[in-house]
Amino acid sequence: MTKNEFDYKDYIRARFFPHIWCPGCGHGIVLSTLLRAVHELGLDKNEIVMTSGIGCSSRISGYVDFHSLHTIHGRALAFATGVKLSKPKLKAIVPMGDGDALAIGGNHFIHAARRNIDITAIVMNNKIYGMTGGQFSPLSGQGKKATTAPYTTIDNDFDVVELAKAAGATFVARSTVYHANEAKDVLKKGIDHKGFSVVEILTQCPTYYGRKNKEGNAAQMMEVFKTNTVKIGSKKLEKNPGLIQRGIFVQDTEKLEYCEAYDKTIETAMKGKA
Amino acid sequence: MKQQNNIRFVQGNEACVEGAVYAGLDFFAGYPITPSTEIAEHLAQRLPEKGKKFIQMEDEIASMAAIIGASLTGNKVMTATSGPGFSLKQEALGYACMAEIPCVIANVQRGGPSTGNPTHVSQGDVNQARWGTHGDHSIIALTASNHQDVFKITVEAFNLAETYRTPVILLLDEVVGHMREKLVIPEPGELPVVGRLRTSVPKDVDYHPYLPREDGRLPMSDFGEQHRYNVTGLFHDMWGFPSNNPKVVNALLTHLVDKIENNVNDIAMYKEYWMEDAEYILISYGSSARSAIHMARNRRARGFKIGVLELQTIWPFPTEIVREKCADAKAVLVVEMNMGQVVTQVRNAVYNPNKVFLANRIDGQLISPTDIKTVLRMIQGRGV
Ligand code: SF4
Repeated sequence: MTKNEFDYKDYIRARFFPHIWCPGCGHGIVLSTLLRAVHELGLDKNEIVMTSGIGCSSRISGYVDFHSLHTIHGRALAFATGVKLSKPKLKAIVPMGDGDALAIGGNHFIHAARRNIDITAIVMNNKIYGMTGGQFSPLSGQGKKATTAPYTTIDNDFDVVELAKAAGATFVARSTVYHANEAKDVLKKGIDHKGFSVVEILTQCPTYYGRKNKEGNAAQMMEVFKTNTVKIGSKKLEKNPGLIQRGIFVQDTEKLEYCEAYDKTIETAMKGKA
Repeated sequence: MKQQNNIRFVQGNEACVEGAVYAGLDFFAGYPITPSTEIAEHLAQRLPEKGKKFIQMEDEIASMAAIIGASLTGNKVMTATSGPGFSLKQEALGYACMAEIPCVIANVQRGGPSTGNPTHVSQGDVNQARWGTHGDHSIIALTASNHQDVFKITVEAFNLAETYRTPVILLLDEVVGHMREKLVIPEPGELPVVGRLRTSVPKDVDYHPYLPREDGRLPMSDFGEQHRYNVTGLFHDMWGFPSNNPKVVNALLTHLVDKIENNVNDIAMYKEYWMEDAEYILISYGSSARSAIHMARNRRARGFKIGVLELQTIWPFPTEIVREKCADAKAVLVVEMNMGQVVTQVRNAVYNPNKVFLANRIDGQLISPTDIKTVLRMIQGRGV
C-alpha cells in the first residue's frame, strides 16, 4: 500500500474531459476502480502503457495519464504485444469492450493467452455494442433484444472465463461494477501477475442493453449484478446453478512468461554465435 | 578475409534482411506468406543473435499492429508480406499514417487479385501501396531490380520512415525476392543511417507530440519515458487527443499529405541508363527493369538511341522528374508486369500522353527483352 491518499486527479488527463460516456454507464466505475488498483500497487505512471481498441470502453485509454494507445477495432492486444515484447519492463493494460475483445478481436485474444505474454486484458462486458448504437455482441447470449436482433438473438454467447482458461491464460478472474472493491482487488492481482491475465468485469449499458431488454436504469441493472452473481463455489449455486460465479478462477505462476521465454531464445542465439 | 565476409551469394529477400539489419532493425513481426517468407525466416535467425526481437504473430493484421506498438517504444520496426497479406494490413497501415509511426513494410509482390499466383512474378500492388487504405494521405513506396539496390533501398526505407514519421513500403517482386546474385555488404558508416528524432523537451514541460517543428519534423518520445501522451487513429490535436474540430482536421490531413508531397525531390530515387541522347525511353522498375536494361543495351549496340529510366521511388510519384526526362523523347515505353499502373502516372506526367505506351505481361512470367522489343518495333512502325 502507498502512503498517499488516492486522488483520481493524479491519474486523469483533465484536459481531455468531459468524457463521452452516457450518464449511468458502468465504464466510469471500471475507470475509477482501475485507477485505485494502480494507485494501491504504487505503480509509476511512466511504467504503464494502456492500449485499447474501438468502442465506448476503449476511450478509457485517452482519459488516463499513462502512455496511451487508442488503436483500431479488435486489435488492441496485438498492438500491446508489440509494446510489451519490445520493452518488457512496461506494464501493459488493455481495456476492451466485449465485441472488441471477442468478436473482431477473438483471434488475438486466444493467441495472447496461448503465448502467456504479460498483459492484463480487461473485458468490460456490457453484452452490447454501445458506440454503434446497440447491436448484439458475442456475449449477449440468446433471447436478447438488440438493434440487429429485433426478434431477439439466436447466437450463443461465449463464457469469457472458460474461453480464457482453454486458451491458456495464466490468470483468469471475473467481477462486476457493483462489486467495485472486489473488482479492484482482482485487478491488482491481475496487473501484478506475470503472464497473460484476463479480468472480466460485468458492467452496464443502460442506454442500449438496459433500455432494449427492459432492465431498468443503471442502479437497477447493477442490482442484477448483485443478485445474479456469487463468489466462486458459493453454497447458493447448489440451489441455483444458473448464478454467475465471481472471483479468481486461475492463478498459475508455473508457466513461463513469453518475454522471459524470448530472453532465453536470445541467450541461446547469442551462445550459438560465440 | 574481411572482404570475403562482406560478399554473399543470396536471394533478394536475404538482401532485404541484410539491409534491414544494417539500418538497425530492432523488432520484426510477421506471418508467413509466399514469396516473402524468407525475410521472416532469416530474421528469426538474425535478430536474437543481436539481442533483438522477432515474433511470428497469429495473422497479418496482428503483425502490422505489433510493429506499430514496438515502434512507439522507440524501436526500428519492420514486417514483410505479399499481396493478400498486404491487403489485410491496410487498416493498420492507415493507422500508422494517421498516427505518424515510423515503420517499414516489405511487400514481395505476387499475382492477384485474391490468392492469385503465389509463386510467380507480378507488379500488381503499385496501386494497392498507394490507395489500399481509406481516406487521403500520402505514402512512400520504394523498389529495386537487383540485390545491391535492394540492400540500399531497404536502408533508405528505414531512413525515410524515421525522417518523415511514416510507413514506408518496399515493393519488391517475386523474381527479385527469389533470384540469387552477389551482394556486397557495405562497411558500417558507408551508407547513412538515420536515427529517430527524439524530443528535447524536458520533463514536466508540456510536450506536444503532434506539433510539427518549423522544418515539419515531429520529435518523438518513447513509450516508457517521461512524456506520457495519447496516440490515436482519430483526427487529433497537438496533444494527440481526438478532435473533430474542422480546423484541426483540415490542418492534420494537409500536414500528412504535404510532409511527403512537398519533399518529392528529396525522396525520389531513380537510375538512368543511356539517357543523354535517347530518342526512345523505357521506364521500368523492379525485375522488369532488368529486361528493359538488357534490351536497351542490345539495341544501343545496333545504333538505336534507347535510354532507360529505372524508378526506385514509385510513391510519391516523381512526376516532375519524369516530365523533364521525357520532354524530348519520340516515345516513352513503360515496362511493367500489371495492366498499366505506373503507365497511368507517366501519362499524367508527360506533356504529350499520346506518346506513352505500355509493354506488359500479366501471366506470371517475367517480361523478356524480346517482349519489349516487339512492342517498341510496333511503336517505331517497323513491324514485328
Ligand atoms: S452507449 Fe452504453 S456503453 Fe456506450 S457510453 Fe453509453 S451507456 Fe456506456
